[in-house]
Amino acid sequence: MESLKPLLEPVAESGLAMLIGLLIGAFFMILFGYNPVVAYTAMFTGAFGNLTGIFETLAFATPLMLTAITFAIGVKGGLFNVGAEGQVYLGALGAVMAGALITLPPGLHAILATLFAMVMGALWALTPAILKIWRGVHEVVSTIMFNWMAFYFTIYLIVYYLAEPGRAERSLPVLPSSRYPVLWHGSSFTAVFFVAVIFCIAVYFFLWNTKLGYEIRLMGSNPDAAKYAGVSPWRTTVVNFLIGGLASGMAGASQILGRPPAWSLYATLGNVAGYGFDGIGVALIGRNHPLGIILAAIFFGGLENGGRYMEYQAGVDSEMVRAINGIIVLALSIPEILKLIRKFMKKRGV
Amino acid sequence: MEKTKKFKIGKIIENALAIGIALFFLYFSTILGLNIVSLLEATLLAMTPLALTAIGECINEQAGVVNIGLEGILLITAVVGVYGAEVFGSGSAGLLVGVLAGAFIGFLFGVISTYGKADQVIAGTGINLFAYGFVPFLLVALWAFPGIHVFPKELKLQPLRTPVISISYVTIITVIIAIVSHFLLHKTTFGLRIKAAGEKPEAVDVAGLNVDHIRIIASTFGGALTGLAGAFLPLAWFGTLVKEISAGRGFIALACVVVAGLEPLLAIAAAFIFGFAEGFAYSVGVTPGIKEKIPFYFVHMIPYITTIIVVAVAIGEKRFPKALGKPYRRE
Repeated sequence: MESLKPLLEPVAESGLAMLIGLLIGAFFMILFGYNPVVAYTAMFTGAFGNLTGIFETLAFATPLMLTAITFAIGVKGGLFNVGAEGQVYLGALGAVMAGALITLPPGLHAILATLFAMVMGALWALTPAILKIWRGVHEVVSTIMFNWMAFYFTIYLIVYYLAEPGRAERSLPVLPSSRYPVLWHGSSFTAVFFVAVIFCIAVYFFLWNTKLGYEIRLMGSNPDAAKYAGVSPWRTTVVNFLIGGLASGMAGASQILGRPPAWSLYATLGNVAGYGFDGIGVALIGRNHPLGIILAAIFFGGLENGGRYMEYQAGVDSEMVRAINGIIVLALSIPEILKLIRKFMKKRGV
Repeated sequence: MEKTKKFKIGKIIENALAIGIALFFLYFSTILGLNIVSLLEATLLAMTPLALTAIGECINEQAGVVNIGLEGILLITAVVGVYGAEVFGSGSAGLLVGVLAGAFIGFLFGVISTYGKADQVIAGTGINLFAYGFVPFLLVALWAFPGIHVFPKELKLQPLRTPVISISYVTIITVIIAIVSHFLLHKTTFGLRIKAAGEKPEAVDVAGLNVDHIRIIASTFGGALTGLAGAFLPLAWFGTLVKEISAGRGFIALACVVVAGLEPLLAIAAAFIFGFAEGFAYSVGVTPGIKEKIPFYFVHMIPYITTIIVVAVAIGEKRFPKALGKPYRRE
């Protein structure tokens, strides 16, 4: 039993934080005259009530686990990388470019378009990494500035060079040869889900089974020891940002190459916007652990999927889900919350 | 001796940099044929929310609390401020409601980061994430329309018209707040306590004062100024409310704080530089003859690029309080 404790405690903390998030979300719904019971019932039956709903939830989870990896590997290496949002835009842009402008055989096209998108995401992450080591520019400021630059840069290219003729509101759709196959009809669940899961597991193996992965973790847990052991901050930081960029680039690609029915990027970036920030919450719920993240992404993907039903049936704006995410993060930021509640329960004699 | 000399050289480089950037933009403004008066007016409008937010955060960080949730506070108080203005029928009342809402969030953040012993960077991120979702929810809940709200024109604050330029009274208040904050911080006992809470919280504790209370007061004050800035955005500047109204200004204000090395007076100078970049972008975007040539997507990037360049050049050897971001635990 004792050996399970280090595993159970974080799970209990995350569960408690999720509960607090949902409860405070309900409080705000009541405050503004909505019915939280109707809202949450619609949300959870929509997200997990039947097979099609569950597959749709997995489709929502796909980009979230990838952007969460970006944040989590940053934290593991002592960085607070909040640049996933912009790297997702660049990844989506790269996917549109490689998926719509080049012709290749099916299958190979999807693989190469995904790789190209990942490289675009990684390149976008490179400058903040260099500024961090070279000038000590804090990554929170630089990555947020890069997110906004990515926003305008991507829209510019979509509107000026990649717009679908006659439909200015979105980019060219990617060619069928570059699309991931839909695996469950009636949902937008495609094979890209498995690619994302494999990527998360690969990051797990990289962090725990390679020398460079160890150096990155040492850099995060004990920078002085890392320095003493001769770990190069240049190498660990740049690799950290690059892997984060690859992950977020793939998240962007997953929404273009692996998400029907649009198969294209909206000029408002509406079908990719927000995933980068959602990933921060997902990473924290998953305790910044690649395997925890996959589960947390499915939970939060369920909220996002079900949020649409909540909006339809209870009138609550589906973005409320993101507010709940914020409350969960706030709850997780308080380290002793579990202890405080336990103390409180003891006092009440429960 | 060596240290003070280095410090002075750093100051000179920074001032030269500030003047250089200002001259660079001015030069471009003249060759582009921008109207200098409207450029300056736009600059002051853009400077005000950045300066308010940055001054508040300077005080906050001097006391040892880092709040990266400024962006979220700006977003929420922009909505709450407009709602207050509509309820009370006055733009100034809306600003006041924004101040109160900001102070409340700042207070909560202070409590979380002192008594809650929270990881402040994660807690601040939590505020931002909460605001990204809560603001669109609020817009629908309050006005039943997604993403945008246009409030009655008469609620927008009219600027004071001087013979040369129009200026918002909030801008003047901002300058006064910067000066008062400077004196509060460096010439009063309370300022000394704030700095001690950030630098050597044990000493504050030994002196019989409550570190947590000092930090909560600083955080509440910072939140109040950020709330004023948030309400300023729609009520004194844009005239409409959109769900992304802050557009990264909370983080640009953080950049101001870093560049200013936590000094309120330098923060307003930094805010002027960034405000200038934004005012320049705005002027380019509205001047006929130019706006057709440069895609406005690139014009929109100017403030963000400027922020990165200025931070990268000016960051140098900044000294931050020793206990910054660490909850105080008695040993």
